[in-house]
Amino acid sequence: MMEKEGSGNYPGVYGEFREENAKKSSMTLKERSLHSPKVLKSIREAVERVGLKDGMTISFHHHFRNGDEVVNQVMDVIAEMGIKDLTIMASSLNEVHAPLIKHIKNGVVRRIETSGMRGELAEEISRGLMDQPVIFRSHGNRAYAISTGQVKIDVAFLGAPSSDPFGNCNGYSREDDNSISCGSLGYAKCDAEFADKVVILTNNIVPYPNAPFAIAEEFVDYVVLLERIGDPKGIMSGATRYTKNPKELVIARQAADAIEASGLLRKGFSMQMGSGGASLAVTRFLEEKMEEKGIWASFALGGITGSMVELFKKGYVRRILDVQSFDLVAAQSLKENRFHQQISAQYYASPANEGTAVNQLDIAVLSALEADVDFNVNVLTGADGAIRGAIGGHQDAAAGAALTVIVCPLTRGRIPCIVDRVSTLVTPGSTVDMIVTEFGVAVNPRRKELKERLEKAGIKTKDIHEFRNMAVNYTGQGDPIAYTDKVVGIVTYRDGSVIDRIYQLAEE
Amino acid sequence: MDEYLLRTMMFVPGNNPGMIRDAGIYGSDAVMFDLEDSVAVDQKDAARFLVREALATLEYDVPLLVVRINDPRTAWGKADLEAIVPLGRAAIRLPKTETAEDVRYCAQIIEEIEKASGLAAGTTKMMAAVESAEGVLNAREIACASPRLMGIALGAEDYVTNLKTTRSPEGTELMFGRSMILHAARAAGIAAIDTVYSDVDNEEGLRAETELIHQLGFDGKSVINPRQISVIHEVFTPSEKEVQKALAVMDAIREANAKGSGVISLNGKMIDKPVVERAKRALRLAAAMGTYPEEELG
Repeated sequence: MMEKEGSGNYPGVYGEFREENAKKSSMTLKERSLHSPKVLKSIREAVERVGLKDGMTISFHHHFRNGDEVVNQVMDVIAEMGIKDLTIMASSLNEVHAPLIKHIKNGVVRRIETSGMRGELAEEISRGLMDQPVIFRSHGNRAYAISTGQVKIDVAFLGAPSSDPFGNCNGYSREDDNSISCGSLGYAKCDAEFADKVVILTNNIVPYPNAPFAIAEEFVDYVVLLERIGDPKGIMSGATRYTKNPKELVIARQAADAIEASGLLRKGFSMQMGSGGASLAVTRFLEEKMEEKGIWASFALGGITGSMVELFKKGYVRRILDVQSFDLVAAQSLKENRFHQQISAQYYASPANEGTAVNQLDIAVLSALEADVDFNVNVLTGADGAIRGAIGGHQDAAAGAALTVIVCPLTRGRIPCIVDRVSTLVTPGSTVDMIVTEFGVAVNPRRKELKERLEKAGIKTKDIHEFRNMAVNYTGQGDPIAYTDKVVGIVTYRDGSVIDRIYQLAEE
Repeated sequence: MDEYLLRTMMFVPGNNPGMIRDAGIYGSDAVMFDLEDSVAVDQKDAARFLVREALATLEYDVPLLVVRINDPRTAWGKADLEAIVPLGRAAIRLPKTETAEDVRYCAQIIEEIEKASGLAAGTTKMMAAVESAEGVLNAREIACASPRLMGIALGAEDYVTNLKTTRSPEGTELMFGRSMILHAARAAGIAAIDTVYSDVDNEEGLRAETELIHQLGFDGKSVINPRQISVIHEVFTPSEKEVQKALAVMDAIREANAKGSGVISLNGKMIDKPVVERAKRALRLAAAMGTYPEEELG
């Protein structure tokens, strides 16, 4: 936090009163706003003021997704200033962050911790770009590590679509409807609270007080006004539409039927739908069932889309807990609807928090890149062994929900998605209850009672090995991926333990 | 009772491996792999090979598989038959049928292939698609042309072009053709399949058209997108009231049988054969939707 600059030498508790300490300010609101000492003109100035040094840890959030322009701008300035050996603690990284490659090569970035990565950066790292392995953490684990001091963030550089001159900031603007918007700042909240120094980067300084705010001024040291912080097109789309892909719809309908058969679809239930066509479409079929039964959900959690907002408007969802808004409809709802609550990653998923929101879940529907016959799930590496995904809240929701449903096609193109053993273990099978493909439902043998409930409701379940055999029958057995023995990624479980390692791809 | 329910017959382009593989997951009563109009000239061989391999190696949880071949008087059509018939797994749909002779010509080739591949004569069923004024006017003879025929279908796109008109939402221009096809099918004791509804995003339009052809008496409709299947099945699903009535009829039959009585009566009224047939069909349709347990069909 900020030193008490310019406020004199306080004598401390029970010290003698000194007249000069009782300084009265006659500045008006307007004057104070104009002369806020927190507002800086450039990233360079902020980096100087926070005293960033070689070897420190800096953090970023990923609420701007692939439209983010904060990471690249900040890193370019830091590189120019000659600071080296930094650790980047990002909530996630995307295709747009490919310029990090040059900062890794020239020694500015030494280590990376993130939920996931995609694109060229992920490709290069899979091929051994870094000396030190990337640490992959779920959103819950990241919040856990930060809040318990396992990871110390020296400086958090947090983009915000609006901030007042004192750092009260938000993922949208109340002053200007044309400003960029990302909705919830859930992942940034945790960084703001626990980082030593916090710099807000905004393109939109609004009058004090920017309330209600996502991050309060007491957590903010500096506010930097920038020309641009992100590209709205890459941040989010207007509205996430339900998929029209017939195969995803078949999967979603079967998942909804299985959820109903589980008996958990009752008045006041809670749910989280992961991103991805099939998991989002489950919502649509659940809505039909909720209408039939005349029931509603007490809350919807997680990444929030417009379809969840629609359910709220129709009265099928009573509260929305939003750690990340996925589209403009969700962002707008967060702004206007007091029952649409912005939550931090810590509130959302930290395993250190007994009442954490994921633990209150009845139903979680999550996607997978790959799942195996032990119900383990991989959401991080592709069939070619390269990193191309993110843990996100997958481990957290799977562990917390009373019923965890994985929706996954049997194959993608000629790649089998139900396999003998996932190439990277991310979410352990012991936390997964069933896997739904377009060919039906397989219940985890650890959940005998659940299987009985489904069968009783007339759902013919399949053995997961049947799925595996069908998948291999369609695609044939691929050659094993060739790796070297160099570790390029360490996959952690939500409690911080190491659950798997990602190895460097061998060059052909 | 008919051997198959044919509420929906889903078209699958024969040159799309992904769609061929997934064809069985959508719950249509029949799947029709197309080697004809949806396959470009330079893809004919590839499509034939793909469809043959799929039929030979993949499992489909679909009651009826059909392959639409090219005109059997062409080299493509002959090659199609030679590739598909020996598998003994799919019915053959004859496109652009104009005369009974067209059916007999194709049936003759099928018979020779069946013999050569050691299949029992008549294994391969046929469907005839009528897609022109000539075909519509010959519908009755076409429907009776071969014992292999299990159904006759209307292909409206070519037909309306031939009539010098276009398709309207009300389907006025198809009234005569649909009626002819339906009567020909019923007179021959085979299934009548209506044409596709091409505006895949217009669910209301599809529902209205399906209600129309359901009322006319068609067995079902061809489908070009899996999303259309549930809408059509819903239209063909009997109401709760119809199901209850059908159940009462079946009870009455059982009661009469138990008494050894040849006369079946329900609520004081005699039940005749058409009522029994309607009841059986209603229960079958209800069972297909899962709204009524199959084992109680009686």
